[in-house]
Amino acid sequence: MGDHQAGHDIGERLYVPGATIVHRLPAHLKLLAAVTTILVVVATPPTWLWAFAGYAALAVALVATAKLPLRVVVPRMVVEVPVLVFALLLPILGTGPRIAVGPLTLSQAGLWAGWGIIVKATFGVVTSIVLAATTSTNDMVAGLRRLRVPDQFVQIFAAMVRYVHVVGAEARRMNRARTARGFTAKGPRSWSVLGQSLGTLFIRSYERGERVHLAMLSRGYTGAMPTAPAAPDSRSQLMWAVSFPAVAAVVWLVVASGYR
Amino acid sequence: MAGCCVGLSVTSPPVPAPALVVSGLGYDYPDGTTALRGVDLEVAVGERVAVLGPNGAGKTTLMLQLNGLLRPTSGQVSIGGEVLTDDSVRQIRQQVGMVFQDPDDQLFMPTVFDDVAFGPRNAGLADDQVNQRVALALEQVGMAAVADRPPHHLSLGQRRRVAIATVLSMDPQLLVLDEPSSNLDPSSRREVAEVLLALGRTTVMVTHDLPYAALLCPRSVILSQGRIVADQDTTDLLQNADLLARHRLELPFGFDPATLTA
Repeated sequence: MGDHQAGHDIGERLYVPGATIVHRLPAHLKLLAAVTTILVVVATPPTWLWAFAGYAALAVALVATAKLPLRVVVPRMVVEVPVLVFALLLPILGTGPRIAVGPLTLSQAGLWAGWGIIVKATFGVVTSIVLAATTSTNDMVAGLRRLRVPDQFVQIFAAMVRYVHVVGAEARRMNRARTARGFTAKGPRSWSVLGQSLGTLFIRSYERGERVHLAMLSRGYTGAMPTAPAAPDSRSQLMWAVSFPAVAAVVWLVVASGYR
Repeated sequence: MAGCCVGLSVTSPPVPAPALVVSGLGYDYPDGTTALRGVDLEVAVGERVAVLGPNGAGKTTLMLQLNGLLRPTSGQVSIGGEVLTDDSVRQIRQQVGMVFQDPDDQLFMPTVFDDVAFGPRNAGLADDQVNQRVALALEQVGMAAVADRPPHHLSLGQRRRVAIATVLSMDPQLLVLDEPSSNLDPSSRREVAEVLLALGRTTVMVTHDLPYAALLCPRSVILSQGRIVADQDTTDLLQNADLLARHRLELPFGFDPATLTA
């Protein structure tokens, strides 16, 4: 495989092309909707079981609206595993009153805390997967800019998106060149070679950074990134973006009033 | 418009100012290494000139002087009659279109369109003007179809042509190209040459690819150890085997410069 094909960056691998309303929504609205909805979910006490049933339905509806196949969504949820391990330990390590579950006696508070972490993390992960699968990295950069994230951060993020594959391809070429001369990474004796390769890669990337900067200066760069004016959000786009956190908020309020 | 009115001063001169005048240009790197020792070079409007020289001759250093990325230790650079100073450097960068050797250095924006629009937007052009400039520039290099693609999806030859478009969109008075043929396969090489010939713009091309210089530039200079040591018709220069050998320049195997005059 040539470097050209191998070079597709992480954002492109996450993106699943489509034309659903979730895909077409501007990135800044999607980001805002995702973050506020997750905040509502996180602010829900773990004991409000009906609320979580509502959030689950909302997450399923979101995946369905974005027309993302389960074989895309489910494997990506593996990122959650470390959190699950931690959450499963809580009932064992927790303090306070205990209840017997089979051969184990588990902490009641720990059970609730573990449950809360699992459901909230799962909701956050599903929402993030949908966001990443329906938003191209370029749109994400534009979205961050639109949300007035400090320009330096956006520029660094954009440069990373642009150059991660260039540096990756360089690393692969160096790896190939090492392998071609009989190198295998085995044991501490190979560490100095790997360390030196990493150092070389860093220097090369740094020097590339300097050259890119010269190219930017040559075309009038003075510190701020010029951008195209963005189209204003349409009413229906706003409605769609608001509907996601709004449903979560309504679920929260309804369940909360039931507990008064 | 960048630089359209430079010649229209009160005492309007009968001939337009040369596109580029380098006079007595010397440059020492901060570590004390002397890279350029009194370079003189004049390029008339419409000319295409190759700057030839072996590795380490100072070609890249000279190139970086032409839009003020490096500043002379002695001597000066003028573009279209305007001397390069702290005050004029921003304007001069709009007038000197500099294309670097590695398109991955030149193309830093997420899409081809954004990259070609970078210069015009920095110049503060209105949006419809930017769109026009981008469309025209991409058309001139035959890359209009890839406007929405990310640069790393293109082949090296395509990226090199897009890199040329990124400066064409600024409508520069002077094109400066660093090794435009390097690492290209023969057909991409020819395609880039066709683009450059069709543009018909004032061009300074830094290279050690002698046949490419012969193909594109009627006039060549040799830069060696920080000095211009030859300045003549490219065909004549390439037939002077002694001169080339003295400055570590060599024609590729099988290339006969006599065929250029035939």
